[in-house]
Amino acid sequence: MEDIVNAVVLLTNFLVVPATAYGCQLALGALGVTLVYGVLRFSNFAHGETMAFGAMVTILFTWLLQYQGVTLGPLPTALLALPAGMAVTAGLCLLTDRWVFRFYRRSRAQPVMLLVVSVGVMFVLNGIIRFVIGPADRVFTDGARFLFTVRDFKAWTGLSEGLAIKTTQTLSVVVAIILVAALFWFLEKTRTGKSMRAFSDNEDLALLSGINPERVVAVTWLIVGCLAAVAGTLYGLDKSFKPFTFLSLLLPIFAAAIVGGLGNPLGAIVGGFVVAFSEVLLTYPYRKFLAYLGPEGWRPDGLVQFLSTDYKFAVSFFILVVVLLVKPTGIFSGRSS
Amino acid sequence: MSDTPARFPLRLARAPRKPLLFAAMAALIGLVGIGQSWSLALTIMNLCLISAIMTLGVNIQWGYAGLFNAGVMGFAALGGLAGVLVSMPPVGAAWRAGGAGVVLALAMGLVTIAAAMLVYRRLRRPASRKLAVALVVAAGYFAARALFEPAVRAIEGVDPSRTGYLGGFGLPVVLSWFAGGALAAGAAWAAGKISLGLRADYLAIATLGISEIIVAFLKYEEWLARGVKNVTGLPRPVPYEVDLQAAARFREWAESLGASPVELSSIVVKLCYAGLFALVLLVLMWLSEAALRSPWGRMMRAIRDNETAAEAMGKDVTARHLQVFVLGSAVVGIAGAMLATLDGQFTPTTYHPLRFTFLIWVMVIVGGSGNNWGAVLGGFMVWYAWVEAEPLGLWLMDLLTFPLGADHPLRVHLMDSAAHMRLVVMGVVLLLVLRFAPQGLIPEERR
Amino acid sequence: MSFLTGADLVGGYGGPDILRGCAIAAERGEITVVVGPNGAGKSTAMRALFGMLTLRSGSVRLGGEDITALAPQARARKGMGFVPQTDNVFRSMTVQENLEMGAFVRDDDISGTLDEVYGLFPALKDKRRQPAGELSGGQRQQVAIGRALMNRPRVLMLDEPSAGVSPIVTRELFERILDIAQSGVAVLIVEQNARQALELADKGYVLVQGRNRFTGTGEMLLANPEVRQSFLGG
Ligand SMILES: Nc1ncnc2c1ncn2[C@@H]1O[C@H](COP(=O)(O)OP(=O)(O)O)[C@@H](O)[C@H]1O
Ligand SMILES: [Mg+2]
Repeated sequence: MEDIVNAVVLLTNFLVVPATAYGCQLALGALGVTLVYGVLRFSNFAHGETMAFGAMVTILFTWLLQYQGVTLGPLPTALLALPAGMAVTAGLCLLTDRWVFRFYRRSRAQPVMLLVVSVGVMFVLNGIIRFVIGPADRVFTDGARFLFTVRDFKAWTGLSEGLAIKTTQTLSVVVAIILVAALFWFLEKTRTGKSMRAFSDNEDLALLSGINPERVVAVTWLIVGCLAAVAGTLYGLDKSFKPFTFLSLLLPIFAAAIVGGLGNPLGAIVGGFVVAFSEVLLTYPYRKFLAYLGPEGWRPDGLVQFLSTDYKFAVSFFILVVVLLVKPTGIFSGRSS
Repeated sequence: MSDTPARFPLRLARAPRKPLLFAAMAALIGLVGIGQSWSLALTIMNLCLISAIMTLGVNIQWGYAGLFNAGVMGFAALGGLAGVLVSMPPVGAAWRAGGAGVVLALAMGLVTIAAAMLVYRRLRRPASRKLAVALVVAAGYFAARALFEPAVRAIEGVDPSRTGYLGGFGLPVVLSWFAGGALAAGAAWAAGKISLGLRADYLAIATLGISEIIVAFLKYEEWLARGVKNVTGLPRPVPYEVDLQAAARFREWAESLGASPVELSSIVVKLCYAGLFALVLLVLMWLSEAALRSPWGRMMRAIRDNETAAEAMGKDVTARHLQVFVLGSAVVGIAGAMLATLDGQFTPTTYHPLRFTFLIWVMVIVGGSGNNWGAVLGGFMVWYAWVEAEPLGLWLMDLLTFPLGADHPLRVHLMDSAAHMRLVVMGVVLLLVLRFAPQGLIPEERR
Repeated sequence: MSFLTGADLVGGYGGPDILRGCAIAAERGEITVVVGPNGAGKSTAMRALFGMLTLRSGSVRLGGEDITALAPQARARKGMGFVPQTDNVFRSMTVQENLEMGAFVRDDDISGTLDEVYGLFPALKDKRRQPAGELSGGQRQQVAIGRALMNRPRVLMLDEPSAGVSPIVTRELFERILDIAQSGVAVLIVEQNARQALELADKGYVLVQGRNRFTGTGEMLLANPEVRQSFLGG
């Protein structure tokens, strides 16, 4: 019996907790991609860099606060700097729209054209980020590292297997829940939110209902900027901030958005968790877990791992391929054309 | 959205632009020769030639058919792999240690696929069919891995500091250019099969994924091409500098020119590469132009400009797109193999999407999508700018921050970061060209 | 001068002109019907009146004011309502939300209008929490018309409201439209179902290749042998 409890604790510690935190981060990223897709109708290749930009601004403000001796006690100071990061990133999104995307929207260019344009934006943002903060790894987490540690947990339960939850993991989940709840309240209950959904559903009909497209687009970028800044900061807090990782985050984020159904916000969240959990489930070595469940003293020979962690990104790709082959509109039937 | 081809609204004058622009390019390279060194100028030119070929490949996909390939990096890396597999000598000990296991595991993989297909055909009920296929694939996967893992361990244990991989076929390295094209074509076929026929963005995202996976595979599968340990010393298709310097005739020739044998040998070697690459470029260029003028090319552009109409006329758009996607990727693969040949090594960690995917895109757009000459010119210009922007940026930053004093922290930071400015410059150039001259330097010719 | 007039409309979708000088006018409290063969440009003319098409020449006036340069949103604010031929509901949104979007330009209390619309189409009231995309063709058409009415329009333009709707439902729909016209709205209908539509029309237009071919009262057009021959199947 105790073995089974230990096995469950082991899985929780190494699989459920990290995957949940990662799922929250991916979901927030995918929400941004899906909103841009729903309203502006293109896949924004610059979204990873937008996240990195948001995280960078937050880091800069964190440093400023730390320099002035402001901290948040057990919580990371970055939380205090986050609103500034969100505001600046939202401003950046509005600015890129004004300078870059608006022209193509007005001339009704093909979506793939906007995609190429977003590659240009990606380049510029990437360069700016490296120029300002450099390409190196930045750790900007401070405050208490853990909500509770393995030792605490063992002392409480007397189990041999431990469980720890990092502050940053808790934060990812809490912030994501608050943000997503606010977003859905906005989309479902407010007039502006409904007009955004209407515009995403049927642009022509929205126009002739008197909905102002420029306003919808501006609100969308505002939200996307905020989401991106939060997603980037949470990811950076939980792992570390390294500019080039955000380019490789594009793949799992797009996979999450497509799996859920491009343009569908609820789908993006579900997709984020599907991708995160598959990634962790398939790259986790089950050797110790099986040893708990098997007869006393027995251990599997190998690591019992489906896929080496080196191929983490392959998992999102395979999920993507399966979805494209089986149901190209995604689980929640987003747009496919 | 309207179906009008709003992609190329601006028509630039069709004056003798082409020769003028190419002459300007030649002058720019000459400038490096005079200002810096001829050896450097040739190095730049060789990479320009390779870039031009890659750009040609992407232009076949984008310019002819409007397909967005975000996986150029992966196809180029496959070309590099071909360089290793074709030219390096086989490692006999490694083959004896684990060759059979790897081959068996691969065979097991093929058997699994065949079995899965058989099960899929035999079973009718969708639910049981999916379950059965999943079971067969899982069983095959674990069986293959059981064969594969010990074999890989054995192979990687063979003299790990020098080999630790199976090696190649020991054939002339030039053959790898064909092999690279073939490998890339195969991968492109798989990627295209999955994602073509769906919306355009899906192809972009699928190719992005494939290229990430290809590079991860090349990094971590050491038994294949040593992974991050790199393969160095690929045999060359041209003479080695030391051999030239050792030859009496060469030394005499250098003396008669009044040049040092060391410098001259390096220039001669680079010229040899340049000749080979130019030959490939000319052949590909000729083929691309012929294709563009053929009924096939006309059909491709008709499809690009109005997919719905082409479909209504009974054209199989998806099949044509697959064709053009495979062809373009093959050209990228060829360029990738040539790059490994020039470098004389295969280093998977150097494949970075900004450099190998998105920079190539800047080349295509700047040069002029849909025009092969434009693509080639774009490859030259952008590569040149990419390389020369670094010293230029440093120099400029030095000049600008000079008043701050040598050790001012801001100056130090700016000097350190100056190199990243070229990313910004490339992005801005891309955006400006797209906005104000969407046809690029050499616009597409309407035939 | 009529309440809504489109004069000398010329324009298309970037290619050849679809509209070649057609003119359409609608009066308040009346039903105006536009009929014509497929591809004549009827829908295009509607889009032009609503500002969803760049005109090469011609003008649109509403209540004497020139609105040719106004964007669709601005025309909605001026009290124009339009039910397009296809894709005329927000599929992913509930019936109630569709109606709310119809009243987007209004800042006052909309609950009265909401009740009126539910009174006009009682079936919608029970389905108000259902996504519009899940409704039957007839009910979807009701949502579409209801959405346009929510703006309390002075002009209501309907593009083939009977398409994909059974004859019984069509008759009922036309009765509702008659009610709407009697409340003082200028109603402009494009119809394939020409005979039935012309029967309730105060005025009718026959559009062919982007030009007016015949104009007259509904009765006159129904009586005209040439019109009967070519457009009403004898
Ligand atoms: N969005 C569009 N883009 C280009 N051409 C269009 C578009 N919509 C309609 N057309 C063309 O305009 C012409 C008139 O169409 P339409 O106004 O829908 O005719 P009707 O409603 O009288 O059947 C047709 O030839 C049609 O092909
Ligand atoms: Mg019509």
